[in-house]
Order: sequence, then structure tokens, then C-alpha cells
Amino acid sequence: MSSSLTAEQKTIHFLDRTSFGATPDTVQRVNRVGMSAYLDEQLEPEKISDNWVEEKVSALKTIRLNSGELFELYPPPKVAKERGLAGDMMRAPRMIIYELQQARLLRAVQSQRQLNELMVDFWNNHFNIFAAKGADRWLATSYDRDTIRPHALGKFRDLLLATAKSPAMLFYLDNWLSVSPTAARMPANARRRGLNENYGRELMELHTLGVDGGYTQQDVREVARCFTGWTLLRPRGDAEFRFEPRLHDPGEKIVLGRRMTLGGMDDGVQVIDLLARHPSTAKFIATKLARRFVADDPPASIVNRAADTFRRSDGDIRTVLRTIIDSPEFFSPEFYRAKVKKPLEFAASALRITGADVRVTPQLIRYLGRMGEPLFLAQPPTGYPDLGSSWISPDMLLTRMNFAADLVGNRLDGARVEPAALRDTQGLIRLVAPDSLSPATRRALAETDEKEGPAMLLAAPEFQRR
Amino acid sequence: MNLSRRSFLKSTGLGFLAFGLPPSFLVRAAGAEQNARGKSLVVVFQRGGMDGLNVVVPFKDQAYYTLRPTIAVKEPASGEERGIDLDGYFALHPALAPLKAIYDKRQLAIIHAAGSPDNSRSHFDSQDYMELGTPGTKSTPEGWLNRYLSEKRAPESPFRGVAVSPQMPRTLAGAAPALSMSSIEEFRLRNLAMAGPLEKLYTNSADPLFRQGGKTLFEAMARLRAIESKIPPSTATYSAGRFGTGLKQIARLIKADVGLEVAFTEIEGWDTHVAEGGASGQLANRLKELGEGLAAFYQDLGDRMNDVVLVTMSEFGRTARENGNRGTDHGHANVMFVLGAGVRGGKVYGRWPGLAPEVLYEGRDLDLTTDYRAVCGEVLTRHLAQRDVHKIFPGFRAPGSIGLIA
Repeated sequence: MSSSLTAEQKTIHFLDRTSFGATPDTVQRVNRVGMSAYLDEQLEPEKISDNWVEEKVSALKTIRLNSGELFELYPPPKVAKERGLAGDMMRAPRMIIYELQQARLLRAVQSQRQLNELMVDFWNNHFNIFAAKGADRWLATSYDRDTIRPHALGKFRDLLLATAKSPAMLFYLDNWLSVSPTAARMPANARRRGLNENYGRELMELHTLGVDGGYTQQDVREVARCFTGWTLLRPRGDAEFRFEPRLHDPGEKIVLGRRMTLGGMDDGVQVIDLLARHPSTAKFIATKLARRFVADDPPASIVNRAADTFRRSDGDIRTVLRTIIDSPEFFSPEFYRAKVKKPLEFAASALRITGADVRVTPQLIRYLGRMGEPLFLAQPPTGYPDLGSSWISPDMLLTRMNFAADLVGNRLDGARVEPAALRDTQGLIRLVAPDSLSPATRRALAETDEKEGPAMLLAAPEFQRR
Repeated sequence: MNLSRRSFLKSTGLGFLAFGLPPSFLVRAAGAEQNARGKSLVVVFQRGGMDGLNVVVPFKDQAYYTLRPTIAVKEPASGEERGIDLDGYFALHPALAPLKAIYDKRQLAIIHAAGSPDNSRSHFDSQDYMELGTPGTKSTPEGWLNRYLSEKRAPESPFRGVAVSPQMPRTLAGAAPALSMSSIEEFRLRNLAMAGPLEKLYTNSADPLFRQGGKTLFEAMARLRAIESKIPPSTATYSAGRFGTGLKQIARLIKADVGLEVAFTEIEGWDTHVAEGGASGQLANRLKELGEGLAAFYQDLGDRMNDVVLVTMSEFGRTARENGNRGTDHGHANVMFVLGAGVRGGKVYGRWPGLAPEVLYEGRDLDLTTDYRAVCGEVLTRHLAQRDVHKIFPGFRAPGSIGLIA
């Protein structure tokens, strides 16, 4: 790479980092209004009309339903059997997850609110739940819609509190069953016999401070005690957060050296406030965001600046994003195509650049699974990794090549590509790597039959990066 | 205080193995023979932190039943849903019944109170530490299985190191080429017209990450196509699901003699914080899949088990005491299995630290008396003839031989 990016390269770099892949339309838009104004627009998604994709999403039956309705319509196998619904695949709970996956992919490809969608994906992953774990099959829909989405560009503290109170997280990390040892002796609490550390630990390790953020095993227990009584009514049904004072541990608790003084449900809220404003959290979230937007190993200068903004703006996600993208290093040539696309990013960008007409099918969703990212189905609370080396095992690479070939060859059920969109290989190259295609890729394109050209481009290393 | 019930194999009697290093003449002799026969090591990782105390149950340790009022596995006796006696002190979980016959044939060794010495109770740190082979150090650039591949000069084969999983696990990632695949059948390019140019593109790419990945991929595809028809079908019935399928694929590669030295597969779902169950229930279901899978693998390979050692591990054990939700939280030491015809099985190895409150690790967990690196190191030395174990596990010195491999 030369010492600085060309204007065309800057535009592609900017769009590949702030959306699920550059398209002719978005390039045109950036050329017309400029990157700064485009970013302003994207940071205010509520002002962008998104009817076209939202209509498609609305056609999915489950996306707007609450957990009670979902449980009623997509009952667990035992209930289905009683009602004579056994064997009806369309009424199986896995349909709910399938529709969630469809909505995620549809929006990634077609939403006009690209940055917002990208952040919804980011936070879903940061605050991961496993949608196939027990009651979470009926709770994941609301988690994406009501917990993550409203706060994706808002205040980190509000997002953190929303996840802490969400039925999906309370269930996934077991806090709904964690009770004070004294409450455990009450006969009504057969399943609840005391403390469960699961949430307390992941709250600090994964959601806020980071594993090296300066907490101890004792802090894990103290935090778990603060959250006793944060529970859940009707996990299988019309689920609802509830603070149950009788299950709360009223004893003295000291978290990170601070005595929690408020008592009751506010013990937990006080922990949220303490963690959301802790310097380790600012650093941890800034690092993860810089890793998403800049490089696997982001430069300390950007991380420190973003952490500083995080602290000064009281964890305002929008402001932190602007700090990262406005950083002078953002357009440094060393970060040009430095990130490997994760599978959702790869598939969405391929569908976007080919202008595919998308109707999400099981085949499309299965492809994402084979590439290593079955949506909403990361079992461990870390979610999926954001490091390039995690995504390019030989098997994943092969799956990407097959995806590219199937898409361009119109053999991918659920994605229809107009031949006209593929005729101009040079135009596609300008959207992928303007004036920066490697000699190896150029040679391969020259040796390839013209109609395989776009498939070759989408299968090439350049397109695996952003 | 001496709670150890069994005598641990003392290094005094095996002086020359004091640091896990056999005398060089033994290595040379073993190495020459083993290379010819194509030895393989299979690692099974149980992600989530298996509750070893309910897998190999210390039924004679009274504290066990005090600590686990609702989830304990009952001591062996006639009747339903009881532990299977191994040696009068430990019992196998009933869901692992398929493994008992292998234990009785002395081809399954069990090491209790074993695992990673780091005290992190984070899944991710602990898994990383275990896979990197350097507990406590995260900056290690490659996994220990990959280091084994790098250290050993062996004929080039794209199948020297294979993970049967879509993702490349940390333990196989690193400088030496390794392969990950979900299935042999689907490991092919769907558009053959693109194969030639794509292979050239990737192997000549200036992008090292993709050049390496592509090189391994295309070599492996070519080699697989060449031998595919010669791989004998398996006769064993594997457990349904990814784990059974994975083991089956590994068995096929071993039988196909493609030069497989280390293989990796994983089984998830061990994070039993809630409603863990005792003889039946959540943990039992995982164990059923595990036991059936391992037994099928053993049966499938038949005589080839002479050339195979399989080792199981999990990032940590779980709290000795059951928690408030009839489950267990993240703990410390665990139990490991070592399976193979060359294994000195039929025995529960390891010093048993006991479960009395004053001997629990950090007041809550089973204490660790065998480092998993001692177990793996011994398999590397005795089975794969890798004498420089300290290169695979830098900074680690085994206190003495366990005596796992004949």
C-alpha cells in the first residue's frame, strides 16, 4: 500500500467498516453528501425510513409477538403432543429461531440503517444469549427487539441494565434462580436453594470490566448476592422481570471495595451503575469497538481516545463510535482491509454487492452455520470471536468459496441475482478493492471464464476482508 | 493429614523418568517402530467445564454425599441408577456404562483430580490456557497440538493435524499447517471449473493468512479425493449428533492411513449450573452421548486402537458442593480419560486429595493433584515418541511418570 489511501479507497474502507458492505448506491450517496454527513445520518437511524425491509421482516410471523404468544403458537414438544400438533414442523419452537435468523440476515442485507444493524449485531454478540437454551427459545425474539435494539446506539448503562432485567439473560445466565441462602430454606423454593454465580461472573468478565478488569472471586460472589431476587415470572409463557424481595440477600455486600448501601433491588442497580462507569469497562468496551471498526489488534491511541470519550460522555455509544471513526488513524493504510469479515458480514456483503433479491431460506441459513456463525446460536456467553484467525479454517474457507460460486451461479435457494448485475466485473472490483487488487487475484480473473469472474472475485482473499 | 487412599506411582522407582524424559535409546527404538505404524493422538475437549465428581464418583468419600444432597450418584449396589464400581472407591456414572467393558479390558485409564493448575474460573481463559498448553499465559502464539506438529519432522501430509469442527480450535492453530473439516463427503468445491484458478490464487496470495489456509485446503481436497474410495465404511453405531459424527470422521481418517498424527474434536454442553441431575438428567444425557461415542470409536477402530490414544479434557471441574439450583458452579480439578490398546487401563490414577472442607481448593473445589500436561506429556513421550515435552509445554516439568502407557 502507498502512504495514504486514494479517495476511492477511503470511501470503500469507510463503507465496509460502517455497513455490511459497499454497494453502488451507498458509494453514490457518500460521494454526494460526503462521509461526515453520511455518518451523521447513520448515527440517527430513527430518522431513516426503512419501510422496504421492515415490510419483508413483518411478513415473518413471529417477529412482533411476545413470549406468551410465541409459547402458545410454538409450544414445546410435550405440549404439542398433547394438542395433537406433534410432527408439525411449522409449529416447532425452532421456527422462532429460524425467523430470527431470517430477520437478522434480511436487515443486514437490505436495511438502510446499516450502522444501527451492525451495532445490533455487535451488542447481541457482546451480550450473547443462546437462543436454543430452554425457555430462551421463546425469549430471544423479545431480547433482540426490546432489549438490544432500542439501546444499540444509546447509553451503555441503559443497555447493560436492560440486559440485566431481560428475561432472556436472566434465564440464560441462571440469575432468575439465584436466591439468598436464607430464602432458600423456604419450602416454596424447591429449585432455588441458594446463590448461583453464573451471571455475576459473566457480568464482570464479559459484559463490563473484562477478565483482567480487576475483580476477584469474592467480588463474583458479592455481585451474585446483590442480584438475588432479580427473577422472572413465567419463563415459559408471558415472561416478565420481577424483583422478589423475599429472595434477596439483605446482608452487607462489598463489591470492588465499595459497600452497597441501597438495599433491595437497588443493590443490583448500584452494581450496574458502578460497573458501567468503571474505568476498566470504558477500556474494555472501547477495545472491543475499536477491534470491530479498526483492527484485530487496535492501536492504543484509538482505544485510549475511545475509552476517554466513553468516560466523558457517560458511556454514550454514538459518541464513542464517532470518536473511533473520526480518528486520524482510521484511514491509515495499515488498516485498509485489515479485518477479516465474519460469516454474516461476508454473506451479507456478497448479497449486497450482487444486488441479490433475498428471500431467506434454510439453505442460506445453513451456509452461515457451516462458515461458523449460526445466528443466535453461540452457546458460550462470549458470543462469536471478532478475530480474523477464527474465521478462516480450511473448512470455513471452502464454504465461502462454495457460497460465492452458488450465489453467482444462481444455485443458491433464496437469493436471485440478475445477470446484468454481474456483467461488469470491473465495476465490482471498484467496490471491493479499487486500484488495489493483488496480482494473484488479477491473474486468476484473467484466467477465468468471464461468467465465473464475479464468483472468483467474491471467493478471492480481498473479498474476505473489509 | 494424609487423605490419599491410594499410593501414587512414585518417581523413585522409575528414576530415569524423573522429568518425563525416557532414556534416549528407548525413544529411538520406540520412534523407529512407531513412525512405521502411524501413531495417532486424539484429543476430545469437553467445553463448558464437566463435573468430574459426578462422572467418576468417589462413593467411599463420605464428604461427597454431604456436599451433594440432591445430585449425588448413589454408591454401587444392585438396583437401578447406581454408580458402576471401578475399584471399591470410585464408581463410573451409570450413563457411561458402555465404557466399563473397555475399562475391564484395561484399555481405559482414568486420572482423577486432574486438570489445569491455573485458578481462573473463566471458561474462556481456562479453555485458552488448556489449549495453548501454558496455563496462566495467554500470549502463547500457538496451541500445544500445533507445537507438536512443528517440533516433529514428519512426512508432509495435510492430514497431520485435523480438527473435526468448523472452527479451528486454539489447540491446533499456529504455524504448522492443520486442517479443520466438518465431513469428508462435503469437503469439496462445488464448482470444479473454479478449482484450478482458485488454487493458484490462494497459494500465490500475498496475504499470509489466506495463503496458508488455502494451501492446506487445496492439498487436503486433492489428497482426500485420491483416497476417498479406499476408506472402509464404519460398522460401529456412533451416537447421533456432532460429537459422534466427528469421532466417526476421525476413525475413517485413521483407517485410511492419511498420516493423521493429532486429531481434535469437541463436545459441548457441560456447564451445568442448574438442574444438573444425578444418575439421570442433564449431565447424564451428555455422558450418554460421550460414552456411546467413545465406545463406538473403540469398536470401529478394532485392532487399530493399538496405534491410537484418545485423551479427554475439560477446562475445569465444578464446585464440590452443589449450588442453590441443584447444579454446580465453576470449580477446579476434574477427571480425565485415556483410551487405547497401549494404555495401562483398568485403574483410577492420581492422588485423591479428598473432599473434606479443609482440603478443598480455595475452600470450594476438588484440589488438583495431576497436571493435565503430565498426562498429555506422557502420551506424547510414550505414544508419539516426542521426547522434548518441555518444547510442547514450555515451562512445565512433570514431577514423575504416571505410568499410563505400557
